Amino acid sequence: MMYGYDKMSMDLLQHELVPKHEILSDEEKNELFTKLHITKNDLPKILDSDSVVKKIGAKKDDVLRITRTSSTAGTAIYFRLVIPE
Amino acid sequence: MYNLPTKIQEEILKYTEENKISEKQQQQIIDAVTKIHKMSTYDPQEPMGVVAAQSISEPATQMTMRTYHFAGTAGIQVTLGLPRVLEIFDARKEPRTPTMTIYIEKSHQTLDRVRKIAENIKEVKLRDLVKSTILDLTELKIKYKLDLERLHALDVDEKKLSRLVNVRNAVAELAGEMLHVIPKKKDITNIHKIKFGVLEAHVKGIKGITQVLVTKEEGEWVINTLGSNLKKVFEIEGVDATRTTSNNIFEILDVLGVEAARNAIIKQTRFTLDEQGLVVDPRYIMLLADMMTTEGNVKAIGRYGISGEKDSVLVRASFEETKKHLTSAAIHGECDLLKGTIENIMVNQVAPVGTGAFDLVGKIPQQLPEEEK
Repeated sequence: MMYGYDKMSMDLLQHELVPKHEILSDEEKNELFTKLHITKNDLPKILDSDSVVKKIGAKKDDVLRITRTSSTAGTAIYFRLVIPE
Repeated sequence: MYNLPTKIQEEILKYTEENKISEKQQQQIIDAVTKIHKMSTYDPQEPMGVVAAQSISEPATQMTMRTYHFAGTAGIQVTLGLPRVLEIFDARKEPRTPTMTIYIEKSHQTLDRVRKIAENIKEVKLRDLVKSTILDLTELKIKYKLDLERLHALDVDEKKLSRLVNVRNAVAELAGEMLHVIPKKKDITNIHKIKFGVLEAHVKGIKGITQVLVTKEEGEWVINTLGSNLKKVFEIEGVDATRTTSNNIFEILDVLGVEAARNAIIKQTRFTLDEQGLVVDPRYIMLLADMMTTEGNVKAIGRYGISGEKDSVLVRASFEETKKHLTSAAIHGECDLLKGTIENIMVNQVAPVGTGAFDLVGKIPQQLPEEEK
């Protein structure tokens, strides 16, 4: 009857409400900061206790590239900085 | 180069393919659309928050005060209309009527199978299995007459029931079709409390799910529930864990993360507005959802959320709870740098909005030219 916890965590990233999260490399991070003239603290945040962050194994100070599906634009790119809770 | 949103690009491509338009003309179309798109975007420093606020609140004034509505043809009552919108934007931890929409995997799409899953999800309390209660004051016992037919229909073993009772150290034992509960402390008030406590004992199903309803939506069987517990439901065999959702945004935040919570806020708000026949551009709702989730958790709009955490003292004082903010600012020696829009309007200065946001930077010569002296 029950699959146990593993099935749920496996499906977490497949859920239709969860967009694609990717961890940026250091190079990509610097490129982003210079392009937008910002520092990392200007980005929106995501907590390190977030289920998706835990699942993909992102660490503090990582920047995530989030590819959202949008009803108006088709796809939209968003960035979040991982911060400790 | 100016990039059009992917959706518009795809639409142009589809149109040109369908109408067999040459590459040169296609480029002309793209140029024309780009021009229009550029014109319709917000300019830098335009106060789009104000526009968003008005675009959402004007239709909200048209909302009915009717709070309940039946989902589907029969069954589950869900909070809708203005109370629901307030619930979402105030970021309440628990919605007034938590509900789930459970989708079923293709391999389980038969009515019998879906009914079985629904039955397993619904919480059964001892209350549902008892026909009548007798309070025996001579023996100081409580006797529950069990509904054996229902017990078997729900596939519950009556022998297990006595172990489920766990109220004030009372001991339960089975005697035929009766369940006897013997309290440890023998006084009458205690017995009364136990009498009701025992009825609440959890027998099977998922805690908090009080109603289930199997309906057919767009050609597939779907279970609607009253009460919500995503984590437990995802673990049940046959449940499509990629589509099943709840209307409890904090539960989604907990189980699926902030981005999912943001999507849920947008979906729920749009659903509530659509249901009332109100049209609001989804971009404003997205802006609001982004505001609520920038810090990684879901924050309310209003006194205890975004408006209560603004940097400027004057802005916080002008919104709500004026005295509280001014006093605490005085105690802590806060400084208002007058950088935002509202505080500059308050002191009658040019606000950093639109053209007011830009300063003139000039090179002032150290020495004036000779002829001007």
